[in-house]
Amino acid sequence: MKKEEYLNLYRQMVLIRRVEERAAELYQQGKIGGFLHLYIGQEAVSTGVISARKPNDRVITAYRDHGVAINVGIPAKKVMAELLGKESGVSKGKGGSMHMADVEKNFWGGHAVVGSHLPLAAGLALGDQYQGHNAVTICMFGDGATNIGFFHEAVNLSKVWNLPVLWVCENNQYGMGTAVKRASAVEEIRQKAEGYNIPNQRIEGMDVMEVRPVAEKALKKVRDGGGPYFLEIVTYRYRGHSMGDPERYRDKTEVKKWEEEDPIGIYHNYLLKQEIALKDELDNLEMQVEAEVEEAVEYAESSPEPAPEALYENVYIENL
Amino acid sequence: MARITMREAISQALWEEMERDERVFIMGEEVGVWGGTYAVTKGFYDHFGEKRVRDTPISEAVIVGSAIGAALTGLRPVAELMTINFAFVAMDHIVNEAAKLHYMFGGQFRLPLVIRAPGGGGRQLAATHSQTPDVIFAHFPGLKVVSPGTPADAKGMLKSAIRSDDPILFIENATLYQLRGEVPDGEYTTPLGKSRVHRPGRDVTIVTYSKMVDLSTKAAEQLSKDGIEAEIIDLRSLRPLDMEPVIESFKKTNRAVLVEEGWLSYGVGAEVAARIYEQALDYVDAPIKRVAQKEVPLPYNRNLEQMALPQVEDIVKAVKEVL
Repeated sequence: MKKEEYLNLYRQMVLIRRVEERAAELYQQGKIGGFLHLYIGQEAVSTGVISARKPNDRVITAYRDHGVAINVGIPAKKVMAELLGKESGVSKGKGGSMHMADVEKNFWGGHAVVGSHLPLAAGLALGDQYQGHNAVTICMFGDGATNIGFFHEAVNLSKVWNLPVLWVCENNQYGMGTAVKRASAVEEIRQKAEGYNIPNQRIEGMDVMEVRPVAEKALKKVRDGGGPYFLEIVTYRYRGHSMGDPERYRDKTEVKKWEEEDPIGIYHNYLLKQEIALKDELDNLEMQVEAEVEEAVEYAESSPEPAPEALYENVYIENL
Repeated sequence: MARITMREAISQALWEEMERDERVFIMGEEVGVWGGTYAVTKGFYDHFGEKRVRDTPISEAVIVGSAIGAALTGLRPVAELMTINFAFVAMDHIVNEAAKLHYMFGGQFRLPLVIRAPGGGGRQLAATHSQTPDVIFAHFPGLKVVSPGTPADAKGMLKSAIRSDDPILFIENATLYQLRGEVPDGEYTTPLGKSRVHRPGRDVTIVTYSKMVDLSTKAAEQLSKDGIEAEIIDLRSLRPLDMEPVIESFKKTNRAVLVEEGWLSYGVGAEVAARIYEQALDYVDAPIKRVAQKEVPLPYNRNLEQMALPQVEDIVKAVKEVL
């Protein structure tokens, strides 16, 4: 990787973190409605995986989608505007936190019923296979999604039809408040892929430098016609499942332990230690990100509400 | 005009659209090697090959879900559910995904998707395999729900559905596959979302769709012998619901009988009656009557099953009551 690429990974992770910290504040102020599921702690996963994709590779994820949205290249201001329900939001204010998508960035959402997007991912990959596109569909989902039937139907079909899908399980160790061992028959989620005869790997997900090369190799395997591949990436979310989660299911010391493995801190140290960047450069980058986030908030706050006519727009393409 | 069965009409529509557009493909349980559980896709696998005639595992959620995904990439899948009763297994993908994605992502997503599914009772398949749950799906904005009652409409509407960019649930009736009817020669399509006058008449308006068009026609023929001329409106589409021909007819007859195969409560008849009262109250000369399935899960026993399903005599009786 060139220096610019190394710095960009850092920039992305810091941007996601700052956008979400500001979003949490705006939520407390009542400016963001509904649910808000923060990705804080998991940044290295989607940053490592998505930075390894080619532009024609598709990305689809679950409702914890802000990090993915930023990593596919949606500007922070479009994400922030969507959180505030504005017309200028990436989904025109109709989707909110859980439903962001940008077709131009090959990002297919933002799906909020656990596991429901896995069958869609199989279909996206089928579309590419059918049309002879040399593209991979990257489907990200949590550990909780692997206990629902959709997961099993989709993963099975991907193998039966040899579909170009990279299944990425972001194992943050809790499905809402239920620990993996209390909900899943196997604690190593990758064993489920094993059951479908899909090549798989389980890696730690707090170090972007560990995630990125594994994702590159996995994408190459799928792209070369190897059929589906399954990555389990072990990570941790520092915040609650969504805002207002009392977190009775885990110990503060556990959270603290994982906070010491902060993906941004780890990567910061890596960049300095490997002499890829100087501390000043990283400080500078952080300041740029802070400014970008403040601009995003201003943009979102000053954007107009959707016009009343928007209520009836886009129910159908052809109104009969 | 050729006289063909409903099965042939649907099969022809699929065949013609697949010949016409490389992006159209079919997927579902036993659509390929088997030739379709109702033989609708017989011969397709040999002609079009396994890429375009795709046998799936018995996995309804991924049949519908992956068809949605494929549609998002620009393909035009026709996903077949062996029966509409299995649509419940794929409910999330029909109502939470197909019906929502275009709207929820601000108009970015296009889903040129057709889901075909036969329903209906009368074949002694008991409660889980005999339902007519059409209204459940018609409840959701974002989905289009159509259900033809004649071979001509089945062929023309399915071709329109395949060419449409919106997600469409195309509901067939398994006991209608042998029904014969005239079909126009050559290439034609039939617009979706339009009701039509199936049989003109002056005395009473019968509003119905799908299999009940045939039963209502038989009832009208009996009534005609008594000098009663019923006008039959075939809705053809439940969402959107085109009330124009219904209101026009009602303003002439001032009396209506609403006939559907599904259950009475919260049914098509309830919706149509409400709209007639809203739009043509001044023209009402008699309370509107509904004919529908009895409020029980359909039993296996032939006599009991027939007791629960709407019959020609029920329609005749209802018409006489509103006159």
